[in-house]
This record gives sequence, C-alpha cells and structure tokens, in this order.
Amino acid sequence: MPDELLHLPVVNSLLERHKGSPGALLPILHDIQERIGYIPDAAVPEIAHALNQSQAEIRGVISFYHDFRTAPPAKHILRLCRAESCKSRGAEQLAAQLRDRLQLDDHGSSADGSISLRPVYCLGACACSPALELDGKVHARLSAERLDALLDACREDA
Amino acid sequence: MPTLYLPADSLARAVGADEIATALITQAHERNLPLELQRTSSRGLYWLEPLLEVETPQGRFGFGPLTAADVPSVLEALNNPSAHPLALGLVEELPYLKTQQRLLFARAGITRPLSLDDYRAHGGFEGLQRAVALGGEQTASAVFDSGLRGRGGAAFPAGIKWRTVRGTQAAQKYIVCNADEGDSGTFADRMLMEGDPFLLIEGMAIAGITVGATLGYIYVRSEYPDAVATLRAALNLARSAGYLGANVGGSGQAFDLEVRVGAGAYICGEETALLDSLEGKRGIVRAKPPIPALQGLFGQPTLVHNVLTLASVPLILAKGAQFYRDYGMGRSLGTMPFQLAGNISRGGLVERAFGLTLRELLEDYGGGTASGRPMKAAQVGGPLGTWVPPSQFDTPLDYEAFAAMGAMLGHGGVVVADDSLDMAQMARFAMQFCAEESCGKCTPCRIGSTRGVEVIDRLLASPDQSGRDQQALILKDLCDTMQYGSLCALGGMAPFPVVSALKYFPADFGLQASEAEQ
Repeated sequence: MPDELLHLPVVNSLLERHKGSPGALLPILHDIQERIGYIPDAAVPEIAHALNQSQAEIRGVISFYHDFRTAPPAKHILRLCRAESCKSRGAEQLAAQLRDRLQLDDHGSSADGSISLRPVYCLGACACSPALELDGKVHARLSAERLDALLDACREDA
Repeated sequence: MPTLYLPADSLARAVGADEIATALITQAHERNLPLELQRTSSRGLYWLEPLLEVETPQGRFGFGPLTAADVPSVLEALNNPSAHPLALGLVEELPYLKTQQRLLFARAGITRPLSLDDYRAHGGFEGLQRAVALGGEQTASAVFDSGLRGRGGAAFPAGIKWRTVRGTQAAQKYIVCNADEGDSGTFADRMLMEGDPFLLIEGMAIAGITVGATLGYIYVRSEYPDAVATLRAALNLARSAGYLGANVGGSGQAFDLEVRVGAGAYICGEETALLDSLEGKRGIVRAKPPIPALQGLFGQPTLVHNVLTLASVPLILAKGAQFYRDYGMGRSLGTMPFQLAGNISRGGLVERAFGLTLRELLEDYGGGTASGRPMKAAQVGGPLGTWVPPSQFDTPLDYEAFAAMGAMLGHGGVVVADDSLDMAQMARFAMQFCAEESCGKCTPCRIGSTRGVEVIDRLLASPDQSGRDQQALILKDLCDTMQYGSLCALGGMAPFPVVSALKYFPADFGLQASEAEQ
C-alpha cells in the first residue's frame, strides 16, 4: 500500500529516538500507534532493521498484545468492561444492548468506520461498576440510559 | 477565601468530578465568590464520589455524591454546610474512614498528587532519609524484620528478596515495579499511583540504594493512562529535587526510574512475563529457577515487587519495623488495602490490619449488596480467586487462614455477587478469560482452558442428570491437571473460581449437591 509508505518518516524518527534504549520495542510500538493510529505493515521491516531483530519477532510481539492494531481505527472506540466486578452489576446486559443497537458483535466495527467495539477486562473502576471506556475516557456507574446517551453523542458526531 | 478539595482520581472523574470542577469555578466567578479549588487524590470512599470537601475550623467537611447540578446549592451552603441535603459532616469522622488503619493510604484524599510540598508536609521522604542514614545492611534488615510480604498476591517475604538481590554481585541490578494491576475488583495500585506517586518513587529509591541497583522500571498497564501521566510528571519533579539521579537523597548513590506501559496482556502481571515484556518481547512466562532476584531483567539480578509492597517501605523505615509488625496477625503483618467492588452498596478502599473477617469487610464497610438482594458469594483475590460462600464469611482476612480453606487473598480485591448472578456462567468466564490471556507456553493452561469452556458448555447443555455428572467429573479432572501442571498462577489458579462454583453452587450447573461434593 503506497499510502503506508507516507508514514515511514514518522516511524523512522521514532526509531531514531528509541533504538538506543534497552527493550525498546513496546515503547516504539506505542508511539507509532499514538502518532499514526495503528502499526502500518510497512513499519515492520523498518523496526526489525533498527532493532536488529527478525520481522517474525516484531510481528509476534504486535500480535501478542491486545492493544496493538494493524489497521486504522474507527472514529470512536468503545471498550466495555466484561470482567467479574462489572458482570456482577449487569455488564452482560449492557453488552447485549450494545450488540442490538449497533448490530455488531463484541469485537465488531461499524461499516461506516464510526465505531469499534472491544471488550476490556478491568478499567480499575470496580468500586463503581459497571464501566466502559469511550475514546480514552472512563465512564462508571453506567446504566442502560447513560449508555444510550453516550451512543447518541457518538452518532451525532459521526 | 474558602478552600475546596475535589479528587482528580480517574474514577472520581469517571463519575463526573471534572464537570463539577468546571461548574464550581465558573459559577463562583459569576457570583464574585473567591475560592481556591485543590484537586487532590481520592479518599477511596468511592460510593460518595464525586466527594467535595471544604475546609472548616473543625476539619474538612464533605458533600457527596455530587452532580454538576448540585453546584449552585453547594456554593450557597458553604457558610452553613450542614444544611445541605448532601452534607456528610466531617469526612474524617465518617465511620467508614475513621475505623480504618491508614498507613499506606495515609495521604489519600488529603494531598495533591504532584505537590512535593504536600508530600513532605505529610511525612514524605522521611523513610528515604532514614535509609540513607542507616545504610544498606540495616535498611534491608528493617524490611526483613517488618514481616512485610509481597502484596501482589504471592505474599513472599520481601526481606528475603532484598537480601538476595543485595548479596548478589553483578555489573547491573534493577528494581522493577509490577503495576500491571489486571485483576478485576482491584484498584489500590491505581489509586496509589494516581494519588500518591512520590510514595512509590520513594520506596523504589530506597530499594535501589539498598540493593545496589541504579535503574528501575515501573511497568504500568495501558488501561491506566492517568497513572502513567501522573507518574511521569512525578518522576521529573523528584529528579529535579534530587530524590532521583546521581545522588539520591544525599546518599552518594545513583538511582533513576523509567515508566513503561503494558499493552493489554493480563499475563504480564506475572513477574517473569512482565520481565520479558520489558525486554521488548512477547509476555511469555519463564520457568523458575532461575529466580528473578538472581537472573531477572536482561539476565541481571532484579528486585520485582508490586506497587503496594514498594510503597510500604518508606513507612517501615520512617517508623521502624516494630511499628509495622504491631499491625496484623500471625505471619500476615502490617495493613492491607482491601478493595470492595462489584455488587456492593459502599464500594471503596478499606485499609485495615490483617485479621478482620470477610463479613466485617462486606457488611460493616460494604453495607451489603448495591441491589439490595442477598449476597450469594464474594470472589476474593481477582479472577483467579475462589468464590467464597456466605457460610465462610467469618474467615479472618489473613494469608494463612485463606490458604487453609483453599482460597487466597491475592491483591486484596473482593468482588461481591448477589443471588441473581449465575455461577456456572462465571465459571465458564474464568476458563474463557484464561484461554484469552494464556501466554501459550505450557499445555495445561493453553489447551486446558479452551477444553474447560467446552466441557462447561457440554455440562450445561446435557439434558439428563447422568450426562451432567459425567461432564462435572471431567471438569474436575481437568481443573486438577491445570492446577498442578501449569507453569504459573494463571493456569494454576484459573480452576479456583471454577471448582469453588461447582462446590458451593452446584444447582447453577444443574447438579445435585452430593455429586458436586465428590
């Protein structure tokens, strides 16, 4: 994909900044994702070269961690907590509400690229379960009504 | 000019603290009412968040839980706070807080997280000063004598680790703080990093100069972006003030710290997987031995501790090992920040000496379920913890007492469930979670967890009793294999919630009690 090559100057400047530090791969991947929105495939050979590792090692790390994306993200990312504390306060009903309203499965992205759903296991908001994270902001003490209001705000924005 | 305090803690913000701050400042300005608003840490009384406090001659007076709509009436009530419908009285007189024994969280809700002056005014850096004066040998002895055990879950005596790393010769040693707090129902590490970051930094600096490590890493999970930002800002402040760098607290020894961010892998809370992750690899569990204290990060001697363990050290040094030992019972010494979560009326942080019972925690502090329905069970110690039924709620919260009933305290998180929660589904979730988060190194965990989900599905789908009994037998056998055959605690303890659900709630699986007890 030629447009991915446009990201290479960013990738290379980040590699230049990190490559002297020991165990730099996770910080490099986080920075690339923060700047570009995902880890472009074209970045992999560059990272491998800079760290003197094989491409397989780099791809292995990218695929191991849930956080790293290899495609551009949707405009909004909604992560509903599905761990025990939130489950005990109705997280599964909220998950069903999300699936119904967005017509997506738990890991789905809407066709128009406006919203992606992902499960998350604990946001540290357990004293006020259930909770979700929308575009990096945590919302706790969720109810069906508040979830609907958050989705309405996403839709108006789309 | 009145001084107001409102937490900047991420959970307080998740229930509306920022909106209240904005409304307070805007409306006070409109009314020409001069006021100072300090954004502090949270008290950990989360059911009252957002909790606003105002300075009075008697102490800090609280209002909560507030919404932005309450701001006009609160501003009007500042001169006569008790008249407000959401008035709580003096916050430190609230029984939930007053009866706690806050050592580790002594500053919670009081100080501003990034104020070195606030930190020093409340005893900050006294431990480091004392450690510098005592020297390494005596500092390590103080940690040993305090009886402090690892707060991450394994409860290994901290002093033994310190002496091992200190006694090992190497060109480079490391301190690693495990801040990958992934257990559902736990949030004490998050609260401490967001609310009192200098305490963790002080603990790590003491560890560094004591064992001879010059570099440390704090590995924070990516789900805690506020903690990452606060720690990074605090590191810069501590460095500028000479608490990190070439001459730590005047000791003549060098120590510095870096924050590293995880990437959503639960297994990286296991110490050896965490070390691999820090090295830039997949978070795969290592076989032990060698232990990390001898060959840890990059093969060098490494002191790995949980946030709360390291943060306990400054107090132990400042007040002495005996002071710390005077809290607790048996071999569980000091205090533990228990975390009340799930279906609980008063969720929050309860720091108490070991030894209070689970019932006291759930009823006296927690106030029963949030739904008002009867409690069915409490999962103690995170997703790998046992579901404890009410018949065992009188067990004291003590490492040995919990181990004796086949449970564990873990990191002190307690998730409460009411009678509407289906324990068969929770057992299935435990296996599913293990399958998703397994690093894949050992077979019992990698394969067993997936088979576990399948067996539970077959059990629940069985139309007749004998079919269910047969699947239950297979499930118990599988749990046994995972528990004794897995390399680390993920595969080894994922059976705990499953076996306890089977044992105490057989009806949820369509089983008869006598079969399940076999």
